[in-house]
Amino acid sequence: MITAERKPMEELIAYLRPFRRILLLGCNECVTVCAAGGRKEVGLLSSALQMRFAKEGKPIEIEEITLERQCDPEYVEELVSRIDQADAVMSMACGCGIQEVARRFQDKPVFPAVNTTFMGASERQGVWAERCQGCGNCVLGVTAGVCPIARCSKQLLNGPCGGSTKGKCEVDPDIDCAWQLIWDRLKALGMTEQYEENIPAKDWRTGRGGGPRKIVREDLA
Amino acid sequence: MDKFEPVIVAFCCHYCAYTAADMAGTQRVQYPPSVKVIRVPCAGKVDAIHIMKALEKGADGVMVGGCLEGDCHFREGNTRAAKRVDYVRKLLDDIGFEGERVEMFTASAGMGERFGQIATEFTEKILLLGPNPVKTATSEAAQRAAS
Repeated sequence: MITAERKPMEELIAYLRPFRRILLLGCNECVTVCAAGGRKEVGLLSSALQMRFAKEGKPIEIEEITLERQCDPEYVEELVSRIDQADAVMSMACGCGIQEVARRFQDKPVFPAVNTTFMGASERQGVWAERCQGCGNCVLGVTAGVCPIARCSKQLLNGPCGGSTKGKCEVDPDIDCAWQLIWDRLKALGMTEQYEENIPAKDWRTGRGGGPRKIVREDLA
Repeated sequence: MDKFEPVIVAFCCHYCAYTAADMAGTQRVQYPPSVKVIRVPCAGKVDAIHIMKALEKGADGVMVGGCLEGDCHFREGNTRAAKRVDYVRKLLDDIGFEGERVEMFTASAGMGERFGQIATEFTEKILLLGPNPVKTATSEAAQRAAS
């Protein structure tokens, strides 16, 4: 999922200070799962903002709407009947959702309520960790299902480096050494000969090196 | 100014804190009428949104009562509730409210005296903090509009 974290309250308050009627948007997808911008978080932020502005003697009106998916125009279209009632929009969706709302409603100020952080997986209740950087040319097939691009601090394709100690990364002892994980898994799978294969330098043009990316499926477009 | 009579919402676990409040009544333990008890199936049922909505609607303080540590009927509802209370306290601090308006407590079903004592102490704390700033600001705005 795409993970996100709520921005500091002071930043959000500063964004909204010039406005009185706010449309506060959530998204039912990734940000709901990572407890950053689903219906519940929208309700919580709405309460907090209303209390803050009421205390300042400048009460604001907040309408809360959580869309099924904010990164798809079909769902954003549902806001058409509500958008005119708002002076500004604040969205708790990831950057993709926020931009989709901004694109659809050109004359409406749209503010982010979260910092979109990474593509990750849930390690346990309340803990999410980075797993993928969307490099556009997946290497998991030769790295035992552990991504060295997202999980090695140096993005080494042929690791580990000298900073790997007892399975941990020198950058932070809480970070597992990705190459240790790869080696352990190759061993468990009986595929250690795979480790002998030298992975050639990566062509980053499939990643961000080629500028903003787009997928066009001719059969669907 | 009218005498401040706080409204305190106490979310109490059915298995312990609520029964402790019941026990306080049976034992004729005195505690302030400001504490309004809401029974919940477990303190772990209480979400941050319930606490925030209570405050947004004008409660001056919120208590969340769970079982003693290690005694939760659902194993860890009380520890989960304590973490949520911490989260809300921080959120309140972030928006310029006093986080102390929200408090977690634990009690066993037989601790009627303890419930009364906690309710009294928390009410005294809220009396010192004064009314919920949302309520004050709203009534001032209404007075301005009327005059």
